Amino acid sequence: MKAKIIITPQKAVVDPQGKTVQSALEQMGYKGVAAVHVGKYIEIDLAPGTDKAAAQQALNDAAHKFLSNPIIEDYKLEIE
Amino acid sequence: MNFAVLQFPASNCDQDAIHAIRDVLGHSARYVWHKENSLGDADAVIVPGGFSYGDYLRCGAIARFSPVMQAVKQFADNGGLVIGICNGFQVLTEAGLLPGALVRNRDLKFHCEHIFLKTDTTDSPFTNKIPEGKILKLPIAHGEGCYFADEEMLTKLKANNQILWQYCDAEGNLTDAANPNGSLLNIAGICNERRNVAGLMPHPERASEEILGSADGRSIFESVFAALEKKTTAKAA
Repeated sequence: MKAKIIITPQKAVVDPQGKTVQSALEQMGYKGVAAVHVGKYIEIDLAPGTDKAAAQQALNDAAHKFLSNPIIEDYKLEIE
Repeated sequence: MNFAVLQFPASNCDQDAIHAIRDVLGHSARYVWHKENSLGDADAVIVPGGFSYGDYLRCGAIARFSPVMQAVKQFADNGGLVIGICNGFQVLTEAGLLPGALVRNRDLKFHCEHIFLKTDTTDSPFTNKIPEGKILKLPIAHGEGCYFADEEMLTKLKANNQILWQYCDAEGNLTDAANPNGSLLNIAGICNERRNVAGLMPHPERASEEILGSADGRSIFESVFAALEKKTTAKAA
């Protein structure tokens, strides 16, 4: 079982990386790019036999407290 | 006065801080390793600059969970004076001891240069000895020093006089050109509501002797000494 956590900058936070990637894409000729946001992806391998619901709860806690900073970032957690 | 200077793996301004406090300003200071659980008899704590834990995940995100930070939190809760410089500022925001967050500089560049600072209030243990109206010249060296807080928090910082320093030009004007990293309201340093914890991105410890190009940083440490002396006198009386 794997936990996948996607962390993205909040809309109100200036994202210079996203803006730079966007302008590079535009310079390369890619059309229709309205906005780019650069975030982080964290993959966690869960030990065999881990209870999915318990892992969900624990990782939500970890994502809120540590893996993301709720002042500047949002996260999405998926366990599969 | 006894200063505790924290050391995390990849702190790199710890020695400068010790040198400024001990050799230049004549007070005592000692290193406190990140695995220690106690600050001993420290009167004040310096969380120094550097790249603690390689800046992995986010600057300061891992350092905040080290054992010594539990002791710092307790020390701050008891009213102890804590100052975070550069990475130390990032650690204190991550730890929730200071509001807001520090994100990537708006131009994505690492800035290593001297900047000018306006002190917004002398009503704090970190600014009380800074001459009224004096523009400080201090060095910065960071890639992620852009201060961010939401509107509500910024309003609160202003209302409570928690903004201690703002980036300005040599004449003290708060211009966008004088803002090296895109910080909201040109914020370079703040304190908590209780005014015993402060953080700033510029390096006062690297500007404590004229030979280094500026001795303006001394007045920040002298403010802390004065606040501690006042505290000691009040206790004795």
